Amino acid sequence: MSDPAVELVHVTKRYGDVVAVDDVSLAIQSGELVAMLGPNGAGKTSSINVMLGLRKPTSGSARLFGLDPKDLKARSRIGVMLQESGVPGMLRVEEIVALFCSYYPRPLPAAQAIAMAGLEEKAKTLVKDLSGGQHQRLYLALALCGDPEVLFLDEPTVGMDVEGRRRFLQEIADLGARGRTVVLTTHYLEEADQLARRVIVIDRGHVIADSTPAEIKSRVAGKRITFTTPQAAQDGQFAGLPLNSIQVEDHRVRLLTNDPEEVLRELFRRGVEVRDLEVAGADLEEAFLAMTRHEVSA
Amino acid sequence: MSVVAAARLQTAPLGPMLARQAYAEFMKLLRVPAFSVTSIVLPSMFYAFIGLGNAREPLFKGSDVAFGQYFLASMALYGVANVMVLGFGISLANERGQKQDLLMKSTPLPAPVYFIAKALSALVIAFISIVVLSLFASIAGGVTLTTAQWLTLGVRAMLCSIPFIGLGFGLGYLAGPNSAPAVTNLIYLPTAFASGLFFPLQLLPQFIRDIAPYLPLYRAAHLVWNAVGLPEDDISADWLYMAGYTVAFFLLALWAYRRDQGKKFN
Repeated sequence: MSDPAVELVHVTKRYGDVVAVDDVSLAIQSGELVAMLGPNGAGKTSSINVMLGLRKPTSGSARLFGLDPKDLKARSRIGVMLQESGVPGMLRVEEIVALFCSYYPRPLPAAQAIAMAGLEEKAKTLVKDLSGGQHQRLYLALALCGDPEVLFLDEPTVGMDVEGRRRFLQEIADLGARGRTVVLTTHYLEEADQLARRVIVIDRGHVIADSTPAEIKSRVAGKRITFTTPQAAQDGQFAGLPLNSIQVEDHRVRLLTNDPEEVLRELFRRGVEVRDLEVAGADLEEAFLAMTRHEVSA
Repeated sequence: MSVVAAARLQTAPLGPMLARQAYAEFMKLLRVPAFSVTSIVLPSMFYAFIGLGNAREPLFKGSDVAFGQYFLASMALYGVANVMVLGFGISLANERGQKQDLLMKSTPLPAPVYFIAKALSALVIAFISIVVLSLFASIAGGVTLTTAQWLTLGVRAMLCSIPFIGLGFGLGYLAGPNSAPAVTNLIYLPTAFASGLFFPLQLLPQFIRDIAPYLPLYRAAHLVWNAVGLPEDDISADWLYMAGYTVAFFLLALWAYRRDQGKKFN
């Protein structure tokens, strides 16, 4: 059996007292399309940086194709889009793509990488004159130009407009369909759902779920009920309701539940006075809170 | 599959990579007029302001070297070292500030290729600055040197720029992007002055004349002045000093680089 494309073995990464990644082990096989999902600060970027050899794990080890991630032979087989990295502003798009092509043993033609990123019309533009979304597309062109076996994308759609994002996700889906391995981090559940066949949920440095998007969605698909109530919150007011979490601030109440209809029916039956009622899909941050709570109590 | 994989190149060839990188580094420098224009034009401008007026006067009473020749050699050195200290120092500090090093680090570009490319591009700009200055000094200032003197001056000025590559490199990794221009100028301008590049040391205060022999630019200046015929007792000590400074500055650069990498990638 061949080595996994990406492997973390009991990786822990500390920055001073902060534990960003806590004893994470995972393997990603060739051809997988994997989303690493988690709220900001969950340890996604740290995990990616360890996979890429950009950060040294405090303990444990990372492998790319069975090699040290810092090995240039391993680096020659991957493409990387990092959050918040810079590019030389005084080069033209076609110059920097051609430059990056020269780093790889079997690069795509520069023009092809530029076209895949949808930057044909900007090929002669200086990098410093690109818009935020175009910058992201340039990073994609740079990540693609070595015709990588594994593509690492750290929060790739940040700063893109709707159309740019749609095109981008389509491009990634196509790459996946052609058998490329893709590892992307995101805090958008829809993005993970749309693209990946495997979702790894990370929270506070731990892998708390590693499964198909459908499975994950069913676990985080809660609804959020918010309302104000003029009555002072009483002990036991919400007892026995099918709730994942309760937050009460003064007269503002936020409930997270998988069964909003039942909760509302019961609240009305109990005569709780409800104003400014809102029922909405739980955002991921809350869903994660619910998930981690669930994990702890399980 | 494994046979095919084994037959494939595992990493890209270094020659084309270096050529592309050097070209890119050169364009990056050239397209920042604040750097390229000042690097190429400034030595000639100083020559116009200070050197032209008394280009044909003897450097001091009884000297057969004209002020114009002395100042040509001084400005050639000033120009090349300026390119190295400022070009490397400020551009590296800026690139770090914009986290370009993070992107480069994730590619299979070997760090030495990157640095050699940077050095090559800076050497080309330094060479252009010498050519421009030499043309200006000989046309506008009427400076005449023998072919051997021109060649010796050019070669020595370029050689003397090498330790300053290390210094600029070290400063680029020690200074922040905002402080780099100030820090490099603060170090470079006064030492250029104190090394006698603008006025012969005989005209400078005693305390500067006491410091000068320990300054790298002063030792380099001896070598270029000697190239245009300024008699010096013995320049072998100056070559030794330059070798020492080269080692010291490159060690400084290596230390600064490691320190920066350790902070960022550990």
